[in-house]
Amino acid sequence: MPKVKPHRTSPSLDMTPMVDLAFLLVTFFMLTATPSEDVAVVVDTPSSTSEKQLPEKNVVQLTIDKDKRVFFSMSGQPIKIKTLDQIAGKYNLTFTPAQKQRFAALPDFGVPVQQLPAYLSLSTEDRKAYKQPGIPYDSLNNQMIEWVMAARSVSVGQFQQAPYIAIKGDGQADVPTVKDVIESLQEKKLNRFYLITDLEMQPVASK
Amino acid sequence: MAEIQQQADSGGKGGKKRAKKMSTKIDMTPMVDLAFLLLTFFMLTTTFAKPNVMQITMPVPPEPNDPEPLALKASEAFTVLLGEQNKVYYYEGLVDATSKPELKVTDFSSNGIRKTLLERRGRVPNTTVLIKPADNSNYKNMVDILDEMNITQQKKYALVDISKDDTDLIKSSGL
Repeated sequence: MPKVKPHRTSPSLDMTPMVDLAFLLVTFFMLTATPSEDVAVVVDTPSSTSEKQLPEKNVVQLTIDKDKRVFFSMSGQPIKIKTLDQIAGKYNLTFTPAQKQRFAALPDFGVPVQQLPAYLSLSTEDRKAYKQPGIPYDSLNNQMIEWVMAARSVSVGQFQQAPYIAIKGDGQADVPTVKDVIESLQEKKLNRFYLITDLEMQPVASK
Repeated sequence: MAEIQQQADSGGKGGKKRAKKMSTKIDMTPMVDLAFLLLTFFMLTTTFAKPNVMQITMPVPPEPNDPEPLALKASEAFTVLLGEQNKVYYYEGLVDATSKPELKVTDFSSNGIRKTLLERRGRVPNTTVLIKPADNSNYKNMVDILDEMNITQQKKYALVDISKDDTDLIKSSGL
C-alpha cells in the first residue's frame, strides 16, 4: 500500500466572518459607549434590592461624600448654562462665555458660588488638583437648595416637567449630613426623591 | 489574510514577460489586530449599568391650619434605632419619660431585623415602623433599613429624627 500523503492544507484560514463580527461589535460598542465622566469625587454607594433605574434625562444629582461635602450635578448642557445664569443673577456674579462653556462641560462641582468663577478659570490640571470644599448647605447659607431650585425652574421651563432629584451618598457618609440635605429639600416641598444605590440580589424572604 | 504567498511561477529563463498577476487577497492581519484592540477597549470602558435608585417619598409637612394628625398608637408603633457599628436597636411601643420599653439589639443579617419585623407583623398586622438613625450611624445603615422595608413589604414606615429619650435608652441599656 502506498504511503498516505498527508493532505497539505494552507495554514491560512478565512478570517472574513470573524472580522465581520469584530467590526460589528466595535461599531456597537462605539455607538453605545458613554464616555465615563471625570467626576470630582468618587463615592461608594450602598447596595439595595431596588431594581428601579435612574432616568437618563432631567436629573439633578446631589452627591454626598464621607467628608460631609455636597456636590451638585445636573444633566443637559443648555439648561446647565441657564441655571448658572440664574444663580449668577441671584448672587450678583458674572461669568464669561468661556467660563460658562467650561461649566457646562463639568460633570459636577462642589465649590461655593463665590469661588466658582475662579474655579472655572483654573486649567484642567489645576482643577483636578484643587480640593473642592463642597457646596454650603447650612441654613444660613444654603446654596445647595438654591442650585436645586434654579435647576428645577429652568427644567420646568424647558421640559414642562420637574427634574428627578437623586441623592448619591457614600456608604460611610454620616446621617446628619444626609438628614440636613433631605430637610432642605423638604422645606422647599420637594418630598419625592431617589437614593442612588448599587444592585444587590433580592433575598428570599424567609417567613 | 495571513497567507504565505505562493511563489509565482516566473516561467523560467527569458521569454515573454508576463503581466504579474496580483493576488486579490490582501493581508488583513493588521486590520484585525486593530479591530480587536478597539473592540477590547470599548468593551472595557463601556458602563452599561445605569445606577439603580430607591425611591423615597417623605411625608408632606402639615400646613399650619391643617387638622392635627392622629397620634400613633403605642400598640402599633415599632421603633428601629440605628446605632454605631451597624447595630440595630428596636423596641415595641413608644418611649417617653414615664414608660421605658425593653430595648433589644440585632443586626442587618437575614436572621436579624428582617425576621424580627416579619414576626412582629405576624402579631400586629398594622404595624407602623419608625426609623430613627442616630447621628453616629452611617448612610449605608439608613439605606439598608429602608431596603428591609421593601424586602419585608412593610408599607407603613417613617424616617424620624432620633429623640433624646431614644439616645438615653440606648445608653442606659448598655447594649
